[in-house]
Amino acid sequence: MTFDAARPQKSPSADLQPDFVQIIDVTKKFGGATAVDHVSLSIRRKELFALLGSSGCGKSTLLRLMAGLEAPDSGRIVVDGQDITQLPPYQRPVNMMFQSYALFPHMTVEDNAAYGLRREGVGKAEIRERVAAALDLVQMARYARRKPHQLSGGQQQRVALARSLVKRPKLLLLDEPMSALDKKIRQQTQFELGNILYEVGVTCVLVTHDQEEAMTMADRLAVMNDGSILQIGTPGEVYESPTCRFAAEFIGSTNLFRGVLAADESRLFNCADLEVPLQVHNPMNARGRMEAQISLRPERITLSFEPAGQEFNWAVGKVDQYAYMGSYTLYYIRLASGRLMAVDMSRMAVRAMQRAPDYGDTVYLSWGSDTLVVLGS
Amino acid sequence: MTRRTVSRLRSWLPSGRTLVIAAPFLFLLIFFMVPFAAVVKISFADPQMSIPPYTPIVELKDDSLRISATLAHYRTVLTDALYVDSYLYSLEVAALTTLICLLIGYPACYLIARSDPSRRNLLLMAVMLPFWTSYLIRVYAWIGLLKNQGLINKFLLWTHVTGEPIKLYHNNWGLLIGMVYNYLPYLMLPLYAHLVKMDLTLLEAARNLGARPWQAFFTITLPMSARAIVASSLLVFIPAVGEYVIPEILGGSNSLMIGRVMWDVFSVNNDWPSASAATCALVLLLLLPMALFQRVQRREMTSGL
Amino acid sequence: MTRTDKVLGNAFLGLVFLFLYVPTICVVVYSFNESPLGTVWSGFSLKWYAALTTDDELLSAAWASLKIALATAFASVFVGTWAGFVLARFRKFRGLTLFTAMINAPLVIPEVIQAISLLLLFVALQQAVGWPARGMFTIWIGHTMLCVSYVAITVQSRLSSMDESLHEVAQVLGATPLRVFFDITLPLISQALISGWLLSFTISLDDVLMTAFLSGPESTLLPIVVFSRVKLGLNPEINALGTLFIAAVTVGVVVNNHLMMKRQRRRDLEMAALRSTP
Repeated sequence: MTFDAARPQKSPSADLQPDFVQIIDVTKKFGGATAVDHVSLSIRRKELFALLGSSGCGKSTLLRLMAGLEAPDSGRIVVDGQDITQLPPYQRPVNMMFQSYALFPHMTVEDNAAYGLRREGVGKAEIRERVAAALDLVQMARYARRKPHQLSGGQQQRVALARSLVKRPKLLLLDEPMSALDKKIRQQTQFELGNILYEVGVTCVLVTHDQEEAMTMADRLAVMNDGSILQIGTPGEVYESPTCRFAAEFIGSTNLFRGVLAADESRLFNCADLEVPLQVHNPMNARGRMEAQISLRPERITLSFEPAGQEFNWAVGKVDQYAYMGSYTLYYIRLASGRLMAVDMSRMAVRAMQRAPDYGDTVYLSWGSDTLVVLGS
Repeated sequence: MTRRTVSRLRSWLPSGRTLVIAAPFLFLLIFFMVPFAAVVKISFADPQMSIPPYTPIVELKDDSLRISATLAHYRTVLTDALYVDSYLYSLEVAALTTLICLLIGYPACYLIARSDPSRRNLLLMAVMLPFWTSYLIRVYAWIGLLKNQGLINKFLLWTHVTGEPIKLYHNNWGLLIGMVYNYLPYLMLPLYAHLVKMDLTLLEAARNLGARPWQAFFTITLPMSARAIVASSLLVFIPAVGEYVIPEILGGSNSLMIGRVMWDVFSVNNDWPSASAATCALVLLLLLPMALFQRVQRREMTSGL
Repeated sequence: MTRTDKVLGNAFLGLVFLFLYVPTICVVVYSFNESPLGTVWSGFSLKWYAALTTDDELLSAAWASLKIALATAFASVFVGTWAGFVLARFRKFRGLTLFTAMINAPLVIPEVIQAISLLLLFVALQQAVGWPARGMFTIWIGHTMLCVSYVAITVQSRLSSMDESLHEVAQVLGATPLRVFFDITLPLISQALISGWLLSFTISLDDVLMTAFLSGPESTLLPIVVFSRVKLGLNPEINALGTLFIAAVTVGVVVNNHLMMKRQRRRDLEMAALRSTP
C-alpha cells in the first residue's frame, strides 16, 4: 500500500498562526490510570490535525479535554489566544462531531442544525439563512424536514457536520468520523469531508485509529500511545521517517531489524536474522557501535529470481506465504535464519518477472540503502 | 462585588450538582426514613389513652429528664401466639403464592416470548390489561365465583365432578386463588422482559452441540434466567407477606395474615406501640429477602443480561 | 417446536388467560344482570348503572379519588423523574447506596408497613407543629410515596440506555445543563413519563390500605367505600362501577398499544427503505 499525498496544500496564510490551538502540558488521570500524560501540541490555524493511535491510547480523552467534556488535572488549553481550560463546554468556541453523530432523534434535520445557533441567541432570520447555507454545503438541503431515523449513516454524518459548522467554531473536533460508515464509502467520504473542511477553512482535530484515514485527511498527524505523543509530522514524514518502532509499525507495515549499527564510514548494520549486513544511507546520530532498529517498508523491496548484484542490502529466501490483493501481492519470504520478511509487489512489478513467485520458490530480495530508516529504540 | 468575593461565596454554597441530588434525597428521607425512625421510636413506648395514644419516651417532667422505653411489645410480638402464628402463616401463604405463580407464570412467559413477534405484543397486552384494571374489583369478582352458589361450584356440580359444593370462599383456598390471581402479572412482566431479551443463538449453539430441547432448557435457559426468576419471585413474595385486602375479602376468619393483625391492632385496639413493634419485626423478618432483591437488582442493572 | 408442543403450548396459554379474565368477564356480565344476586341470571337490565348515578356516597368518593389520583400522578412523576435522573446521571456520590435503597425498598415493602410509618410521622408532626391534619394532603403524600419508585426506576433505565453523547453534544453546541435537560432529556423520556403517570394514577385510584390509614374523618375515597361494601358481600352496583373502570382502561390500553404499533411499523418501513438506498 502506498500513500501518496493527494491533498491540496493549504494556503500559505495557514502559517500565519502556527499556535492557533495550544495544548500545554495537559495531564488527565482516571483513578490510577493516566490517560493523557503531559501532552503538549501546537496546531496551526486552518490545519486538519489528526491524533492517531489504537484504542486506549488517550486520543479520545485528549479530544474530550479540548471539548470541555472532561477537565484536565493539570495543564492549559488555549484557542486563538484565549485560555479555555476552565470554561464549560457550552462556553467554548469549540464544536465536536461525535462518533455516533448524536443527532437529536426528536428534531428534524433543520432543527438539529439550528440548535446551536438558537442557544447562541441568533436572530430567526439569520438562523434560517445560515442553516440553509450549511445544509447546502453538505448537500442535505432536500432532507431538511426529515428526522434522523429516516436518514442513512452517511446522510446523518453530513447533518452532524452541518450542525457543527454552522456555528463557525474556531476549532472543530472530530471523533472517529468514519468508523460508523461502510468500508466502501469510507474513502469517498474522506475526500468529500476533507474538501468541505478545506473550503470552510476551519481548524480541525481529528481522532482516529485508522491510519489510512489519518494519512488521507490530515495535514499533520501525531502518533499517540499510552497517553503520550510519540511523533508529530506530515503523513509523508511520519511514514517515511518514523522516529520509533511504534510509529513505524502502526502506520503501514514494516520489516523491523534489530542489531548493531557501526557509525564509521562503512555504515554497516549487522543483524542476526540477516546473512548479509545492511548498509544505511545516513547513520543519523549513531555513535561508535550502538544497538539500533532499522525499518524497511515492504513496498521498497524488489523480488527477483536472480541475485541483485549488490554487495549489501539483499537477502535470499523461500516464498512461505503470499496474498493476492489485486493491485498488489503481499509476499512473505522465509530467510535461512527462519525470519519472515514481508514484500509488497505491485501488479506491474510482478508481471515484469518471468513468472509470479509461487510457494517454495527461491527468490532474491533487494533494496536501496535510502529505503532504510534508523529508528530510535 | 468583586469577582473574588462572588467566587468565594459560591464555594460556600452547595454546588448545582449537590442541589440537584439533594432535592429528591431529602424528599425520600423525610417521607421514607423519618417515618421509619418514628415507628422504631414508638415501638419502645407504652400505649395510653391520649392523643397520640402512646407515652413519650423522653420527657421533661418536674425538672428531671425521664427516659422510659420498654421492650415489652417486642417480647409480645415475638412470642405471643397471635403474632407468631400469623407471621408463619403469612410466610407460608406468600411462599405458596410465589411458587404457584412461578409454575404458571414461567411457562406462560416463555411461550409468549417464543411466539411470533406479531402475536407477542397482543399477548403481552392481554397479560397487562388486568394489571391496569382495579384490583379491588377483580378480587371482589372472585367472590361470585368462589361462593357455594358461585359459578365454579355450579360448573362442578353441573359436570358431576363433585356431588356437593366445595367450600372455596372465606377460606384458605379462596385466599390462595385470590393471591395467585392478583400477583401473577407482577411476576410475569419482569420475567417476560428478561426472557425476551435472552439471546436465542445460545440455544441454537446448544442444539448444534447435540442438546435436546429439554436439555437445552434445563442447562441453559433456566440457569440464565435464574436472576430474573429470583427478582420477580421476590417482587411477589415480599409484598404478599403483608397483603391485607385479599385475605380480608376472600380469606377465612381463621386465616390471619400479619397485615390483618397489624391493622386490627392499630386501628381497632388503638395499640400503636404494639403495631409499631410488629412493623419493625416484620421489617427485620423481610430484611434478608429485601437485601437479596437489592443485590439482584443491582447486578441486573450493571450487567447486560 | 413440534406440532403437539405448539398445541399444548397454546392450550396452556389459553387456560392461563382464562384464569386471568374470567373474573373480569363475570363482573361485566353481571353488571347487566337484572337480579341483585350475582349468581343467578334473571334478565338484561341497566338498573345498576342507573343506581350508580344516584349513589351520592359513591359519586363524591369517586370525585375525591379522582382529584387525589391526578395530584398523585403529577407529584410522583415530578419527584420520580428527578430521582431517576439523579440515579442515572450521577454515578458516585455520598449516600448513593442509601438513595438506591430508598428507591428500591418501597417496591417490595408490604404496603402496611409504609402506611403505618407515614401515619406515625404525620401524627408526630401534628403533635409538634399542629399540621398536617389527616386528610387529603396526607393521602396525597402517601400515594405519591407508593408510586415514586416505579417512575424513578423506569426513568433511570430509560436514561441509562440513552446515548450519552446526545447530552454532550448539546452542551458543546452551547446549551447549559438545565437547557439540556429540558430540550433533550425530557422529550426523549416522555414515553417513560407518560407510562409512569398512568401507572401512578391507577395505583392511587385503587389503593385501599394507605388510604385507610391516612384518611381523616371527612375524607372518604372510592376504594374505601367499595371495600367496606364488598366486605359485606356482593353488591351489584359495584359490578356496574367495575365494568365502567374496565371499559375505560381497556380502551386506553388498546388505543395506546395501537398507536405504539403504528409508530413502530412506520419506523420499520422507513428503516427498510433506507437499507435499499446508499
